[in-house]
Amino acid sequence: MENIPLTLALLNLFLPLISFIILIFFGKKLGSYAHWVSLALIGLMLCITGSLFVNIFHLSETPILSTSIQWFTTGSFTVKLGFLINNVAAIMLFVVALISFLVHLYSVGYMKGDPRYSRYFAYLGIFTFSMNGIVLADSLLMMYIFWELVGLSSYLLIGFWFEKDSAADACKKAFLTNRVGDIGMFIGIMILFFTVGTFQIDGLIEGVRNGAFAENMTLLTIAGILLFMGAVGKSAQFPLHIWLPDAMEGPTPVSALIHAATMVAAGVYMVVRIFPILTPDALEIIAYVGGITAIMAAIIAVTQNDIKRVLAYSTVSQLGYMIMALGVGAYQAGFFHLTTHAMFKACLFLCSGSIIYAMHHALHEIKDHDTDSQDMRNMGGLKDKMPITFWTMLIATLAISGVPFFSGFLSKDAILAGTLSYYNLHHGWTIFLPLAGFGAAVITAFYMFRLIFLTFFGKPANDKVFSHINESPIQMTFPLILLAGLSFALFFTMPFSLNPISNHGWFTHAVPMIDNVAGLDMHVVEEGIHHAHYSAMGISLVVAAIGIFLAVLFYLLKKVDAGRVARMANKLKLYNLSFNKFYIDEIYNLIIYKPFLALSRICSKLDWDVYDQRFIDGWGWLTIKLSNKSGEVDYNWLDKKVVDGFGKITQYFGRNLKSTQNGVVQNYLLGGLLGVLFLIILITNIN
Amino acid sequence: MDSLQSYLVIAAILFSIGIYGVITRKNAIAILMGIELILNSANINFIAFNRFGGMENLDGHVFSIFVIVLAAAEAAVALAIVINLFKNIGSVDVDDADLLKG
Repeated sequence: MENIPLTLALLNLFLPLISFIILIFFGKKLGSYAHWVSLALIGLMLCITGSLFVNIFHLSETPILSTSIQWFTTGSFTVKLGFLINNVAAIMLFVVALISFLVHLYSVGYMKGDPRYSRYFAYLGIFTFSMNGIVLADSLLMMYIFWELVGLSSYLLIGFWFEKDSAADACKKAFLTNRVGDIGMFIGIMILFFTVGTFQIDGLIEGVRNGAFAENMTLLTIAGILLFMGAVGKSAQFPLHIWLPDAMEGPTPVSALIHAATMVAAGVYMVVRIFPILTPDALEIIAYVGGITAIMAAIIAVTQNDIKRVLAYSTVSQLGYMIMALGVGAYQAGFFHLTTHAMFKACLFLCSGSIIYAMHHALHEIKDHDTDSQDMRNMGGLKDKMPITFWTMLIATLAISGVPFFSGFLSKDAILAGTLSYYNLHHGWTIFLPLAGFGAAVITAFYMFRLIFLTFFGKPANDKVFSHINESPIQMTFPLILLAGLSFALFFTMPFSLNPISNHGWFTHAVPMIDNVAGLDMHVVEEGIHHAHYSAMGISLVVAAIGIFLAVLFYLLKKVDAGRVARMANKLKLYNLSFNKFYIDEIYNLIIYKPFLALSRICSKLDWDVYDQRFIDGWGWLTIKLSNKSGEVDYNWLDKKVVDGFGKITQYFGRNLKSTQNGVVQNYLLGGLLGVLFLIILITNIN
Repeated sequence: MDSLQSYLVIAAILFSIGIYGVITRKNAIAILMGIELILNSANINFIAFNRFGGMENLDGHVFSIFVIVLAAAEAAVALAIVINLFKNIGSVDVDDADLLKG
């Protein structure tokens, strides 16, 4: 039975699609039982990915599954579709399946009583299906197909509550922003295809290794950056990060899915897959984009008051970390952070969902429809009311802040080591990367603890609401506990080492360093990271401590008035800058939308006033005149003279000849006789 | 006067009288009589051509006998029609037989 992995992969890919199909067609009938279908199918998928996942411990060099079929042939090109499951893909599949399953489970509680309950689970199914497709794809073309499917399903889910204008706008924004990146990605794919002649990722790596771009490394750099543009869109990197915070309009479990396992992970995963063919130049740009994203999003997160928005910007910032890690060549670290981040970010989002759910119900009970259930200023003191949510969220926060014994510490530390070693190797402006990394780490610790303190500590903002707050049901708390558990470093360091600050776990064994065939010497990178490891660890410990200490000072002990600091910072407009998200939306508005609208208006004016009213209407006018003329000719001449003329002649003859047919047979006879006589005379004369 | 020409002249005169009768008479009986004259003039022609046309057989005779038979049949049918006409409209004048006129 050699085909077992293939069968498993196919099942893995199509089970969520089956869930989608069943629910989209029979969802209405299933009603509030709809979740059983998807829970069963996604649960089965989780088991399957689990069985694929254990294969990574064989630590063999050959992939678990690599197979493809011919899709179509056009000319001399053959386009193939296929699966490639190596260790990276197996880990990613498991993460996707796990988070997806937990989100499904959580949604049973969260979405209870929604009018489109079954539709929601159907969309979750197609979302998971698309993401599985990206992970399994062995060619860029297939990846691109599923890439677009992810875009579609995110559109459907972000706009799930489309009755709200903000949700409808957000889903359009997400979709369109992603399109910008996707165009770049498509061009990148095409450049690679026309140079190397294949879409297969393995084939591309082999082609680059054999020197397909030997004469023109710049083209490869451009192709790499264009491909990366796709990741900029999907993984919400600067400057296309604007859609992700708006995507909070979707149901909270969806946010968890988007932020942890599916959509934004797709971009990072894609860069991981194509990492071997990225040139050092392309990687440098990638690193800077990641660094800018990481620090900028972290700064924005500090001043946000909406609990989901804080988390959204924290995701953007963490994605920046991952991209930066890939950019500096710390391939393992980037992917490691993707995995650990998936766990604690899903946990954070589901916790925030749990809080919002509780707030929403409390507000509903006291019939308060004006208070924002997501605004942290309306919360406070929830610690005792929602103990499970509090403890799980605290664990996840410790993980994201990079506190030892938690998973985030390991992965973030590895990334920071990567940036430090990059600086050690290149010097100069690359100092920005470690600075951005450590700076973002301080700020991350600060704003995450600010969130915890504002939400769970202090005095309740509204006692009436507070008295109605209850812990969420078991379907919602169970995923929280599981994910919080997975945020401990222990799960990533066993079984090779029980030392919680060691960075040698199963992960580093399962995901070996790979070669970069485009000119980056990975041994140098590895060496550098190894050397920078301890200094990075030390600094990251210090910065995490600073961040947490500041948050404690500001928000728990209230020794420093946060408002006064904000006002002081605002003398330089710093607070407003952060609060308004660096005015990026406004800048886009100013430099893209406004000029575009103005251009459209000019075009429409040209089109309507000049082209339409003068040219088209002119033709119309001319045609009318011509038709009038030709109509006149037709009527007065042809119709009245020629056509009527024939009629008149016929009438004339008819009138005059009708007297001959008077019924007197003798007259006819006479006529006949005369005719015969005439004929006789005629014939006689001719002869 | 033993020549083709004299027979033809007599036949022509007879034919003309017949035609004149058919065209001018109002009385249906008189029209029938005209028709008889026309038929007989044709008979004379047949016989005359048979006699002077150099024919060995009796084709002309046969034709004229046919015509006579036909004329007898025609007279019988036509007179029956005239009698019925008279029964219906009380007249044998063809101008009065205008029942089909709109």
